[in-house]
Amino acid sequence: MIKTDAVVIGAGPTGLFCAHQLGIIGLKCEIVDNLDKIGGQCIELYPDKPIYDIPAVPECTGEELTNNLIKQIKPFKFNFHLNDRVQELTQENESWIVKTSNGKEFITPNVIIAGGVGSFEPRKFPTKSAEKFDGISVLYSIKDKTIFKGKSVAIFGGGDSALDWAIELSGSSKVSLIHRRDEFRGAPASVQKIKKLSEKKIINLFTKYSIKDIKGNGSLEEVEIKNEDGQSKILKTDYVLGFFGLIMQLGPIADWGLNLDKKAIPVNTENFETNKKGIFAIGDICTYPGKLKLILSGFHEGALAARGCFKYARPNEKYRFEFTTASNTIKDRLGVK
Amino acid sequence: MTKIKYVEHNGNEHIIDVQNGLTVMEGAVQNDIPGIDADCGGGMSCATCHVYVKEEWYNKLPKKEIGEDDMLDQAYEPKSNSRLSCQIIVSDELDGLIVHMPEKQV
Repeated sequence: MIKTDAVVIGAGPTGLFCAHQLGIIGLKCEIVDNLDKIGGQCIELYPDKPIYDIPAVPECTGEELTNNLIKQIKPFKFNFHLNDRVQELTQENESWIVKTSNGKEFITPNVIIAGGVGSFEPRKFPTKSAEKFDGISVLYSIKDKTIFKGKSVAIFGGGDSALDWAIELSGSSKVSLIHRRDEFRGAPASVQKIKKLSEKKIINLFTKYSIKDIKGNGSLEEVEIKNEDGQSKILKTDYVLGFFGLIMQLGPIADWGLNLDKKAIPVNTENFETNKKGIFAIGDICTYPGKLKLILSGFHEGALAARGCFKYARPNEKYRFEFTTASNTIKDRLGVK
Repeated sequence: MTKIKYVEHNGNEHIIDVQNGLTVMEGAVQNDIPGIDADCGGGMSCATCHVYVKEEWYNKLPKKEIGEDDMLDQAYEPKSNSRLSCQIIVSDELDGLIVHMPEKQV
């Protein structure tokens, strides 16, 4: 179990700057993010798009902003736990026990939720019948490709993941590729390859089709696909794979007993604490009268939440406000003279 | 001002005067119309402002930019008349436009 002053959920700009503020006031933190890289939406959704409303930065991309924030918190040597998701929060006396999906455990007086619009999860099939086979024969990512050897696999999607796996698995499995239109968004070379494999009848290609139903008694037997005109086809298959990109979902946060307003967490604007003592919410995921979903608002919220954490992390000390320009203590923490 | 009719999946209709130059998505969000999430805020980076546009109107809309279809691949139940409402800019020509919301956005 890792003991720390605060666990920050979300490594987007708001979470990163809040970590900086925690470091400045002398607190330690651990940062957890579901994605495999630091930066949140800035990196996952728009790494190359320019942002024009970061104070004193006339223009920067999501990637540049992220890199600068990483550099800014480097002196504090905080740990990142990427590819991991906070699953459970339980209260123990004055502390929170935080458990992640990879089995890590933290004990901390403070949890700061900087989760954006939630965690990125694979988009699933809309068909109810897919749930029955979810994780067994209906899959949204591949961990062990050997399970498909000699089997029939129906792959849905038109992006690089769908194309790459269709090509890869076509060597040892019977692959059908189904996409809702006849253009693909994957790399041109992969698209060419798919077309060749389809001409040679190595891959069964169905364009302008989408999923209608998944059937099977006990184990998955067939998938029914339909086109725009409502005509349908039945494909015998052992596995159904869906690659429709990532969507943002609140996920386990919804189960922590926090007040929720639509998809956001109401907070007070004094220290951005939620209805639970020691749990704070900042950035796009929090809401209060006048809330603006801007990165700069997230920075402000993070600065105040960090001060809110201080009284729980250091109950016997008095918080002293200091400027980074003047404080030698802060300069020591930053490792500058 | 241009009149846009937003129809929720349950049939509820909202007729809103939207200022020209705003997007159909912004018209919905600024007027608290349920059914359009717009998680990414209009950057064509998610697919949570997805709407269906009936054929007669679909063909009158400015054509999709590169990338919109790629995002629509990731929408919930996309059809041939699907659009991202953040990519439809309101103008006089669109007066009376009707958009239908999907069952859900994610």
